[in-house]
Amino acid sequence: MTDLSHIRNFSIVAHIDHGKSTLADRLIQACEGLTLREMHEQVLDNMDIERERGITIKAQTVRLAYKAKDGKTYQLNLVDTPGHVDFAYEVSRSLAACEGSILVVDASQGVEAQTLANVYQAIEANHEIVPVLNKIDLPAAEPDRVKQQIEDVIGIDASDAVLCSAKSGIGIPDVLEALVTRLPPPTGDGDAPLKALLVDSWYDAYLGVVILVRVKDGAIKKGTKVRFMSTNTTYTVEQVGVFTPKRVVLPSLNPGELGFITAGIKAVADCNVGDTITDDARPAAEPLPGFKPSVPVVFCGLFPVDAAQFEVLRESLAKLRLNDASFHFQMESSAALGFGFRCGFLGLLHMEIIQERLEREFDLDLISTAPSVVYRIHSTDGSVQELHNPADMPEVTRITKIEEPWVKATILVPDEYLGSILALCTERRGEQIDLTYAGNRAMLIYRLPLNEIVFDFYDRLKSISRGYASFDYEVDDYRESDLVKVSILVNDELVDALSFMAHRSQAEGRGRQICERLKDLIPRHLFKIPIQAAIGGKVIARETISAMRKDVTAKCYGGDISRKRKLLDKQKAGKKRMRQFGSVEIPQSAFISALRMSDD
Amino acid sequence: MMGDEGFGLYIHWPFCLSKCPYCDFNSHVAEHVDQGAWRDALLRELAYFAGCTPGRILTSIFFGGGTPSLMDPDTAAALIAAARASWRTVNDLEITLEANPGTVDAERFERIHAAGINRLSMGVQALNDADLKFLGRRHGVAEARTAWRAAAKIFPRTSFDLIYARPKQTLAMWEEELREALDEVQRHGITHLSLYQLTMEDGTPMAAEHARGKFVLPVEDDAAVMYERTQALCDAAGFPAYEVSNHAAEGAACRHNLTYWRGGDYVGVGPGAHGRLTLDGATRATRATRQIKAPAIWLKRVDRDGHGTQEDELLTAEARAEELVMVGLRVSDGLDKDRFARLAGRPLESLIDPTGLAMLTRENLLQDTPSRLVATPRGRLALNAVIKALLA
Repeated sequence: MTDLSHIRNFSIVAHIDHGKSTLADRLIQACEGLTLREMHEQVLDNMDIERERGITIKAQTVRLAYKAKDGKTYQLNLVDTPGHVDFAYEVSRSLAACEGSILVVDASQGVEAQTLANVYQAIEANHEIVPVLNKIDLPAAEPDRVKQQIEDVIGIDASDAVLCSAKSGIGIPDVLEALVTRLPPPTGDGDAPLKALLVDSWYDAYLGVVILVRVKDGAIKKGTKVRFMSTNTTYTVEQVGVFTPKRVVLPSLNPGELGFITAGIKAVADCNVGDTITDDARPAAEPLPGFKPSVPVVFCGLFPVDAAQFEVLRESLAKLRLNDASFHFQMESSAALGFGFRCGFLGLLHMEIIQERLEREFDLDLISTAPSVVYRIHSTDGSVQELHNPADMPEVTRITKIEEPWVKATILVPDEYLGSILALCTERRGEQIDLTYAGNRAMLIYRLPLNEIVFDFYDRLKSISRGYASFDYEVDDYRESDLVKVSILVNDELVDALSFMAHRSQAEGRGRQICERLKDLIPRHLFKIPIQAAIGGKVIARETISAMRKDVTAKCYGGDISRKRKLLDKQKAGKKRMRQFGSVEIPQSAFISALRMSDD
Repeated sequence: MMGDEGFGLYIHWPFCLSKCPYCDFNSHVAEHVDQGAWRDALLRELAYFAGCTPGRILTSIFFGGGTPSLMDPDTAAALIAAARASWRTVNDLEITLEANPGTVDAERFERIHAAGINRLSMGVQALNDADLKFLGRRHGVAEARTAWRAAAKIFPRTSFDLIYARPKQTLAMWEEELREALDEVQRHGITHLSLYQLTMEDGTPMAAEHARGKFVLPVEDDAAVMYERTQALCDAAGFPAYEVSNHAAEGAACRHNLTYWRGGDYVGVGPGAHGRLTLDGATRATRATRQIKAPAIWLKRVDRDGHGTQEDELLTAEARAEELVMVGLRVSDGLDKDRFARLAGRPLESLIDPTGLAMLTRENLLQDTPSRLVATPRGRLALNAVIKALLA
């Protein structure tokens, strides 16, 4: 058993691309957690999608043994955290399992918006923070400027920041040494009743549900009958161990230590992240302070392209939820798209990731509706309801007011782009709270409606600033707003899946944009097809698809008839699969492209 | 029970001197063709089908290909004689042969005519040399002009084909070409014109080039305008369309092709030839036949079995009815409802989607009268979509 004074639990906070995963790789390598042969890039990012996108979605932990300059061997527990705001919830629980953080900042790029959000969370979690300047060997590296920026923007002392290059292996021993000398050891009482924090859980095809825990007091062993304090359910521990990053089974996990347990648990849903695990025979009196539950803020409908795949989609969503309890789904039906699910996500990236995992891991073809935020509808009868789907909006006459969620957004941008970014924020109904400078970069704090962000804010921001702006947001509060539901009518038939909510000032522009897109996406028919955007009964935009003029086979003689008939039979079968709106057939691809937010 | 649809004999000659890049017909370039063996095999297969269709009255013979003008005229003569011996024939039996302007000279025309051919259909395709080259044709315009003028003197009825809506062809260019064609036709007593818009057929070299972006075809609206202009010019010249792509002077329509479009039976002899044969008996049933496509294999099978049938499918009542609608609406006077009911064994109404029909008549694409269902000129130009909407 490792003495508490020889344990350091830490996480790494960084912006995407600032080298967090590479640094983790180097630390593992330096402590010989993996041999060179076993090493591949981004070892902690297990999912294909994590490696491909260069992001971390799920928290991972790894225990390393480090022999420090004082001659003693320390147990280092690294909790890898996602960098993106959508996974802030995962970040907060990772941070709760540690006493300190490494703040990784790219020495050529400086502090970015995402770094800020995460580092503030670490400060809130009372972490000791070691600033590390990465990519120090790049010609563009400006360590002194970035140190100053860390002090100005974040407000922590950066004078003794560690300089390293994870990629080239420069300064890695200094990082390890700083962990030992500058981060505090955990505290805990091995004799007290068991108190362990449930940090994360996931479903493993071989092990079943695996739970990641941080032991505060007491010890957890194979055979211990544990009680989950929030649900009052008990399980007998089957395996206890750690990842080095290989899975290693151990006899016990002791105070200050991080590791996994398995206990024959069937569903991840039974494991509430933030719950306290205690010994059923000798329970703790008080649970540990938990986390706030995650609340989805962005919703969209997911429908199978092939209606026959509905059940497969249901099963796939259930399986994914085993691994990610932060997304929600509920069956819905659409006149346009048939049966599907309304799904809630922590943010846009989260939404994209889940869709991509469904398509990739479960081989599904999906249509997703436009993302929508959660509106609060106040009715004339005094009730308040949450609106997740624009199609469900009640009659306007029964509504007294509608509120929409606002966010507090932080944008960091080189000052040459400031003017256009300010214009974008204004166009998106933003309210400036603060504008400060750190070196040649401006830091903007804005309040913006989430609805505007969900639309194409991030893409626009990136294109206006040529990729140099960084952006982060947190959901703030709800405010009353002049919101309308824009309906789309194709050949005078309402297409529910295309309805969306918009601020009255934006409704016409967006309605027109969707009509224009549909005009190009719906093939010509034998008759003219009007496409309209409307608020209630009032048409705000209109396009017309002209009638088809020519579709005839030039030659049809004795030898062509069989082939033509077979082709016709195929088309007739295809016609049954098309989504039919009145007499108009709208191909699936039209939904997918019409609902895509950005023009690309 | 016999109607005006007729009963035709199609004979396929599968050989060409070279393959045209747009053509997806069953044609082959052979070093050497054993004319004797081919004559014997075609005669044997003809005899086989004659045995299946006793008592029918033959209304037309059509030699297609390939390039049937490469066939020994004596072979054509022998086949015609065999047909006359096998079936009773109408007095004005139409006997067509397809010819390429480059493969015939006047002397050969005489022999072909002497063999009994009374209608010659020539694949002229274009009236400028650059486009003829693009289409992979072996002949030039001058050669073609000599050929059709000679043919018109020899054959009672002559037709020629043009392909339009070619890459880079403008409406004005096509109008000029068509005017020239109509002028020639009228001046030399040619009574029939087939005017096809260039179509990319799957698996052809030209379709592959097109897919690679080597050339572009006129867009839908431009092609539609070309088609409409074609109708107007031909109407004015006394060559109205009697089918989507076929125009004729009064009384000069191709009766053999009308048999296909009116749902009549036809015997298909030769490699890859298709047939439609209605069996006698209590239930009406039409067989769809297709002969083996590969010439050498077909030849062997005919030698062994007396015929080279590869597919012989009894059409379902629904498939038969669908075919009748599909081809019937191609002709200008449309689908005769009585004929349809007689051939399909069910009324037309049982096949169609009433909402579709209502839309089609409302949009002026179809005209529905008690006796006929007729595609309007606009409807004919979008006939594939019309048929899809019409059928339930």
